[in-house]
Amino acid sequence: MTGKTLFDKVWDQHVVSEITDGPSVLYIDRHFIHEVTSPQAFDGLRNRGIGVFRPKQTIATADHNVPTIDQHLPIRDKLSRFQVQKLTENCQEFGVELYGLGHKYQGIVHVIGPELGITQPGMTIVCGDSHTSTHGAFGAVAFGIGTSEVEQVLATQCVLQRKPKKMKIEVNGQLGRGVLSKDIILYIASKISTSGATGHFIEYTGTTIKELSMEARMTICNMSIEMGARGGMIAPDNATFEYLKGRQFAPQGEDWHLAKQSWEQLYSDENAEFDVVHKFEAEDIAPMITYGTNPGMGMKINGTVPESSENIKALAYMGLTAGQQLLGKEVNHVFIGSCTNSRIEDLRLVASLVKGRQKAPNVQAMVIPGSKQVEKQARLEGLDKILEEAGFQLRQPGCSACLGMNDDKVPSGEYCVSTSNRNYEGRQGPGARTILASPLTAAATAITGRITDVREII
Amino acid sequence: MEPIKTIKSTCVPLPAENVDTDQIIPARFLKATTREGFGDNLFRDWRYSNNGDPVPGFVLNQPGVKGSILIAGKNFGCGSSREHAAWALYDHGFKVVVSSFFADIFSNNALNNGLLAVQLPEEYIQRLFIALDQNPSLEATVDLPTQQFSMEGIEEPASFEINKHKKSCLLQGFDDIDYLLSHKEQIKSYEATRTTV
Repeated sequence: MTGKTLFDKVWDQHVVSEITDGPSVLYIDRHFIHEVTSPQAFDGLRNRGIGVFRPKQTIATADHNVPTIDQHLPIRDKLSRFQVQKLTENCQEFGVELYGLGHKYQGIVHVIGPELGITQPGMTIVCGDSHTSTHGAFGAVAFGIGTSEVEQVLATQCVLQRKPKKMKIEVNGQLGRGVLSKDIILYIASKISTSGATGHFIEYTGTTIKELSMEARMTICNMSIEMGARGGMIAPDNATFEYLKGRQFAPQGEDWHLAKQSWEQLYSDENAEFDVVHKFEAEDIAPMITYGTNPGMGMKINGTVPESSENIKALAYMGLTAGQQLLGKEVNHVFIGSCTNSRIEDLRLVASLVKGRQKAPNVQAMVIPGSKQVEKQARLEGLDKILEEAGFQLRQPGCSACLGMNDDKVPSGEYCVSTSNRNYEGRQGPGARTILASPLTAAATAITGRITDVREII
Repeated sequence: MEPIKTIKSTCVPLPAENVDTDQIIPARFLKATTREGFGDNLFRDWRYSNNGDPVPGFVLNQPGVKGSILIAGKNFGCGSSREHAAWALYDHGFKVVVSSFFADIFSNNALNNGLLAVQLPEEYIQRLFIALDQNPSLEATVDLPTQQFSMEGIEEPASFEINKHKKSCLLQGFDDIDYLLSHKEQIKSYEATRTTV
């Protein structure tokens, strides 16, 4: 008999019923909501005259549309303020827990779920945000949904969903100096393209992945959607259990032992079958940057922009030419943050590199902690001092310049080396030119003012 | 949701590939808390320059090109899960999007709003682009009951896949929430079988 994949095990446990030649009714354990993709869903409930079916399984925070300075003051932008206020009112009316602005747990939804221990192995987790795949790092089936599906979950704690195909991505071997998990995922995306995993759920495995910290695993799973995947997950192991143990909402005492026992069963059976398998070697991976306008358009930092008929529009937007090297190119903005790279480990890495150094005068360097807890921890460890002495601005938690929605934007035509996840046209503001990279590459670039191979300065 | 049966209209060709939802509706226009009005900013940064003037070369600004069927390049709707992208297309007047390949979340969002996402072979779509380039006033017909797409000037129609459940919802104008709400008891029984949640 064919074995089950990790994904099968978790998915199958959550199927309430199946429709012939149609989707499954999938039960959802945890539902995260934020201010941008939830208001229309709550209105839908009101129109139907129904409440939230299981309010304790939904957790709300404000992240996309919040400023990253002066969070104690009213939000200046009227529409943003109204949207955040609407979330507060909806949560009050429907009995949903809200970690809003000013709350000690507030932060980017995909940072706070894991750090509070809300995200756990074997769960189904959804949110009206495509980067929900982040939570897959814990062995959860986690994926982004639209607002109509947010309403489905609020109304019934279920979502109608077709079971995707399965893809295995294996990475083996020792990573080189200065190469981070962000480089791994940018490398994979450059190999299989921005649509290479559409219709699939990915399991990442191999010796390289197993050696990674939980923060690094989250960075990888986070960007599964950038290859079109429905989600990405990693089998839970000791690193997962160590990370979760003692966190606010993780099981405690006897419950912890019972939970851990069941989590230890979450792995792909040896004879489990995948629809697609990709294998990569860690030694082939170097620090990566993107040159184009989707995350699959990436290359080694010392590479040259490839020539391709598919690049023409992207290169025109980016102001680059095929055959050009980006190393040494002057940039004026460095953004360190987003649900991809704003966790405490990311801030520690950045601080370790910039300690005793100064950012280049031509660069504006912003560091946005992923949550209030990350911010607090950073201050506790003195990282704030190190960053500030190096000329980096440590701001307050939120999605910030990742998506050009709040006040933090990159001016038209200017380049930003960014630790976020998308380099689409206008993603960081109209006309902004985004170059995706790891936190170390971003920090090194801020120090020299030019796109820099971090291996040359460590 | 309005029931869908047959849609007959001229077409708007958009051959760009990997059109992400940030292009369909940029994030700075996602501050509204209702579903209406997003059509004004559909493809905002391709359609208008920074000072708000229409970009003459963009298809939605070309005289003589209009219709409720958008024909797009492959991997349409990738990126952000924002349902605002489907709302913006619908609000602008599109009832059908045709592509050789849709991103998963977009495809769900479209169908959940009565915007029919029709997947056709890449080679067939390239023929549509060529035909429309020569004559933008060609009409296409999308027939949901028979799952057929046809266009004037293209001899053979193409059939498209849609799962039975979704098809019957669209034909009747029902949404998935109605369906799920009718299964509340089954969901409660499922919950009772689980030890921890």
